[in-house]
Amino acid sequence: MAIDLSQFHQTFFEESFEGLDAMESGLLNLAPGSSDLDAVNAIFRVAHSIKGGAATFGFQEVTAFTHVMETLLDGMRSGTRTMQADSKDVLLQSVDCLRAMLTATRDHQPIDLPRVQGLQAGLEALLGQTPGASAAKAANEEASGGAGWRIRFRPLPQMYQTGNDPTRMFRALEGLGSLRVEADTRGLPGWESFDPEQAFLGWNLELKSAAPRKAVMEVFEWVEGDCELEVTPLAGASPAAAAPVSAPTPVAAVPAAAAPAAPEAARAAVAASSGQGDGSSIRVGIDKIDALINMVGELVITQSMLSQLSENFDISRLPTLLAGLTQLERNTRELQESVMRIRMLPISFVFNRFPRMVHDLSQKLSKKIELQMSGEGTELDKTVLEKIGDPLVHLVRNSLDHGIERPEVRRAAGKRETGTVHLNAYHQSGNIIIEITDDGAGINKEKLLSKARERGLVADDKAPLDDKAIFDLIFHPGLSTAEQLSDVSGRGVGMDVVRKNIKAVGGTVDVQSQQGVGTTITIRLPLTLAILDGQTVRVGEETYIIPLVSIVESIKVKNEMVNMVAGKGEVIRLRDEYLQVLRLYQVFQATPTFTSLEDGLLVVVEGEGNRACFFVDELLGQQQIVIKSLEANFKRVEGVSGATILGDGTVSLILDIPGLIQLAHRNPPSVAFFQTSAAA
Amino acid sequence: MTTAQAQTAERDEGAGIGGHAGQFLTFILAGEEYGVDILKVQEIRGWTAVTRIPHTPAFVQGVLNLRGTIVPIVDLRMRFGMERVEYTPLTVIIVLSVLREGQKRTIGLVVDGVSDVLSATADEVKPAPHFGDSVRTEFVNGLVAANDKMVILCDADKLLTAGELQALDAIH
Repeated sequence: MAIDLSQFHQTFFEESFEGLDAMESGLLNLAPGSSDLDAVNAIFRVAHSIKGGAATFGFQEVTAFTHVMETLLDGMRSGTRTMQADSKDVLLQSVDCLRAMLTATRDHQPIDLPRVQGLQAGLEALLGQTPGASAAKAANEEASGGAGWRIRFRPLPQMYQTGNDPTRMFRALEGLGSLRVEADTRGLPGWESFDPEQAFLGWNLELKSAAPRKAVMEVFEWVEGDCELEVTPLAGASPAAAAPVSAPTPVAAVPAAAAPAAPEAARAAVAASSGQGDGSSIRVGIDKIDALINMVGELVITQSMLSQLSENFDISRLPTLLAGLTQLERNTRELQESVMRIRMLPISFVFNRFPRMVHDLSQKLSKKIELQMSGEGTELDKTVLEKIGDPLVHLVRNSLDHGIERPEVRRAAGKRETGTVHLNAYHQSGNIIIEITDDGAGINKEKLLSKARERGLVADDKAPLDDKAIFDLIFHPGLSTAEQLSDVSGRGVGMDVVRKNIKAVGGTVDVQSQQGVGTTITIRLPLTLAILDGQTVRVGEETYIIPLVSIVESIKVKNEMVNMVAGKGEVIRLRDEYLQVLRLYQVFQATPTFTSLEDGLLVVVEGEGNRACFFVDELLGQQQIVIKSLEANFKRVEGVSGATILGDGTVSLILDIPGLIQLAHRNPPSVAFFQTSAAA
Repeated sequence: MTTAQAQTAERDEGAGIGGHAGQFLTFILAGEEYGVDILKVQEIRGWTAVTRIPHTPAFVQGVLNLRGTIVPIVDLRMRFGMERVEYTPLTVIIVLSVLREGQKRTIGLVVDGVSDVLSATADEVKPAPHFGDSVRTEFVNGLVAANDKMVILCDADKLLTAGELQALDAIH
């Protein structure tokens, strides 16, 4: 067969990893002792399809390993075993191991064989064998020690219909060693009922070969289910069976020796085709694609309507034209939204790893922790989703390790012994909010503050910080809140990296905590990175864009609302809050139409929790803008997060709201920030 | 321009003054004729209004939408420290594709007018004399004589250097 199987590798790995995720969550949902057949079946199917796929592609280690898992699961499926806590743990570990094996196979790395064998032994032990017997069996399976195999092969009548030919299998067996075939004709019917398309013969085979059981089973792979097959070691001079104690050594040696040969071939095949399948892919629901096709259909109709209209146009048909253009606008917008939706994935892709993590960590930390999740269906841009995974893991780890107390501590504090960690995701005004809430100990403000003072991050004599400023300290690099480092937290990314990662995708992170009650960490993320809703504002002759999500409100002020601090810094009072006024024309050195605050407009904006007012001449309109990079051809400009192209083809700058607010805090707004640039 | 040509051009540039043979697009700036490697030229277009960018040196006029890409526009007169003149219908922007920090970037140069295409061999290109500190010559690759006129060959990659932009960043 000349089919290049390697082209399917990527699909196999993707499907297998997805399957493993499903398996893992299925296992976690299974209560010990339960016999929820549907769940067990689902888990079994995953193991089965991975085994089948791996066998097809020749990933023998994976096949052998999943086979044992499958056998165990099959027992549970048929009701001869129940899922116990220990088997659940071993199966979960097997999922990890399988994932590692698949990753290694995909990346052409050697597989961690001792780990595989350890787990395989564990699985076999669960299958009801004593460890000694399992070692002996493993030895029999892996290395027959030169004696060979007795194979009893009885095809079911319909076997030929699947295109299998026993003689071909026997020839393959012959390649493994010397073969003696004995036909069993007892099943032959009389001539009157003989059907030439059915199998009636059976065979007893004796294979004298050092080939492992795997190799023998492989020959019969395609007829599995279509025959009765028994493979038993040849009795007699089998050294492995005679000396089970010394068996473990060959177990380790044989697969190790066999392993390099097969992956080597696979590696060569994949290397040849690695050019095709490198790019990351995305799975899109068929409903999204259908919606897209519908939309394009409508767009084509509108377009043909408009072009027909233009053929003999006179002014009386202007209303029709305008209606057509409105429709075109709607179509375009819908199309754009559908295309963007393709990139959107439910946040459950990230959330799904947490049940397992909480399961493992609560055992390790000997805490009782319940994980609640809501809003898993909230969709998020794929790029954002990929970048948010690690920070979220870190935050949840923190909650488990530092947040939730030990059961005895909780009992003493009058709380439920089982702590709760709640993950929640929802939309709020164009943002995605992810909240991680725990009902643990909360952050000790005094301790945090004294630590910060120790490190000189906060001046001793400074006025007392508000809660927000104190909690912000935990994001400071070099300031660890951990009393003692454990292997749960205190490794990998720190809180400063968490914040940096979230900022990199345009998000913010906030901490709220009350000692003894719990901590809530709120992450705000933009829906998507490439397109945003913007408010165009005019400053003199220039047009700037303020992201709509940052605008709180726009107000017209009276002079008596404005106060001057130290004769320079303008503030206005807005509902019991004093806000700094930033005159955009001063920041951007433009020539404004109005210089009096009364004549123009004040736009109240919020960025990273800080508020300020921007003074502009007027608001122009709202529109969706496609963000373009200024850096690509030029450089980063302070106060500007990017540029976009307006409807008339001119370029307009998008304001970096948090950056501008920071700028305003740093410099008094009446001083132009860039007096120096003219000199350069 | 084919990739092969571009590579040749880049190789030539790497070879120092002697290797600067090839074709040059010449343009007028304050009565003098300047030349840039024609393989670096992406297009020539008339002056259109640009969007001013705050916090940039004065010679950066702003940015322009070039079929969806944002391109910075540099007034070459001001870049060379010459007096600025009003833009006329003859004022053109030469769009160049240059290398900066190992990355391909597109910039536009505002010049008084485009003149000619000049072929020069390596022998014809003479090194520029050293003017001392008073005249900036780091972007001058050499001088070449054509039709009794002197053409100043510029290194397109050095016209808007990263170092200059960073120096500006450092001020604030």
